[in-house]
Amino acid sequence: MHVLSLRRPRSLRKVMLGVVGLTGFLVVWQLVPTLGLINSQYLPYVTDVFARLAEEFRDLAFWRRLGYTMTSWAIGLAVATAAAVVLGTIVGLVPFLRRATHTVVEFLRPIPSVALIPLAVLLFGIQMQAALLIIIYASFWQVFVQVIYGVADVDAVARDTARSFGLTRRERLSYLVLPTALPYLMTGVRLAAAVALILAITAEMVIGNPGLGRMIELSRSAGDAVGLYAFVVVTGLLGLVVNLVFRFIERRSLSWHQSVRGEEVL
Amino acid sequence: MTAHTVRIAQRSRGRGLGRRVAAGFLYPLGLPFLLLVIWGVASTSSTNRFFPGPLTIFEAFRETWIGPAFVDDVLPSLYRLALGIAASIVIGIAAGTLIGLFQWLRELLEPLLEFFRAIPPPVLIPVVMLLLGITDTMKVVVIVSGAVWPILLNTIDGVRATDSVMSETADSFQITWWERLRFLVLPAASPRIMTGVRQGLSVALILMVISEMFASSAGLGYRIAYFQRNYLIAEMWSGILLLGLVGVLLAATFGVVERRVLRWYHGIREVNRA
Repeated sequence: MHVLSLRRPRSLRKVMLGVVGLTGFLVVWQLVPTLGLINSQYLPYVTDVFARLAEEFRDLAFWRRLGYTMTSWAIGLAVATAAAVVLGTIVGLVPFLRRATHTVVEFLRPIPSVALIPLAVLLFGIQMQAALLIIIYASFWQVFVQVIYGVADVDAVARDTARSFGLTRRERLSYLVLPTALPYLMTGVRLAAAVALILAITAEMVIGNPGLGRMIELSRSAGDAVGLYAFVVVTGLLGLVVNLVFRFIERRSLSWHQSVRGEEVL
Repeated sequence: MTAHTVRIAQRSRGRGLGRRVAAGFLYPLGLPFLLLVIWGVASTSSTNRFFPGPLTIFEAFRETWIGPAFVDDVLPSLYRLALGIAASIVIGIAAGTLIGLFQWLRELLEPLLEFFRAIPPPVLIPVVMLLLGITDTMKVVVIVSGAVWPILLNTIDGVRATDSVMSETADSFQITWWERLRFLVLPAASPRIMTGVRQGLSVALILMVISEMFASSAGLGYRIAYFQRNYLIAEMWSGILLLGLVGVLLAATFGVVERRVLRWYHGIREVNRA
């Protein structure tokens, strides 16, 4: 109780300052074209952008496009995570494989996934598969690397104890390896979710498969600045939601773990 | 010790060395070699023209990139990339230190920064294009507008997490503001800053490629897209290979710099672990 009463004015101040900052930004945005610092053709009024947003939110076509983007995001993330967990666990548990694959991983991982866009277009044209190829490639490495670290992080004493107690392979996996690797996995999935969203929208912008990214590109080429800014704001909000949701999932699934528990005690 | 045991010891050491050398080569190079062979065999036996063999790609690589194209397309791209990265690091660390040091500033800007970080960086390309037109400056600004966020946010976190005992010690020794920044705040934040820089590097590379695919008539990204549109498959693959090499080089350079900058930090961690 005591702690709460001490805390409240602080968090209230924090919220207030945050609101002030946000409002200040919007006011400056409105003032810049009003004062003619930047022509409103290039930086539209914030009020126009928000009016447009409200209009889009009522439009069914907008939600369908959002659906396209989120579908390729979800499929890509799911496939990448599943593949990375299986391969990462196998490679992480077998020292021989870990050493043998090291060079290949270190070469393939830094290849920017957008370099594969031309290949994806050749193979699949402007279908969703082209976007999926890029999304999966990019988000796979995020999870894969974390899973390898996580699986290799098993405490030596715990592992020897499990051996001497005669735990079967299956039991070792579920009671020893999984709890150790889960924090790493969740970090990887959270990073991969953000990356997958970036690439889902990028692919739509560059390849032209339907979705929010394509709307951004269409607004740009049509010279529709208001629409362009409105869709950019939408992607930002989308990114924010994805971040918050995955941070929440991470905290919930790791509520037993020291890193989360430790924070709550304080 | 008899001569016999010495000889045995030497022999086994020699064999150990031989095995170590073999392992040193086999482990890093075995699988890549194997994969290339499999790719080569598969591409000669299949009729899919989208996957030329590695030898064709290497040949195309030599013909395409070694020569004038290197000066016309590759160097300007790398120059813009370097400029963008340098600007992101300077802006990110400077603004991040400032915001991290003042709590009210941090609370004022936090929701905004969260939002800007969440915007997928490539989305900013059309916006920057609209504001600045299609110029070289625009491409550098695009790179900065995406790569600066991870550096900025990590710097803020790093500065904020400065050890309280150390900052109180610094207070009681009455060191100047500048000394405090130079010898306490920045070193304490440097592990986080380097994490941010690493994330920023990959974003910068992505933005370099896409900004050129989008709005350019030269550069690495433009070339690769051009090859694809004209069905120059082997050349396209050679471009992907080149981008991969750039990515690997960037990661390797960063690794060297990080080890130098954070040598003290890794040292401390090893001592703590031992």
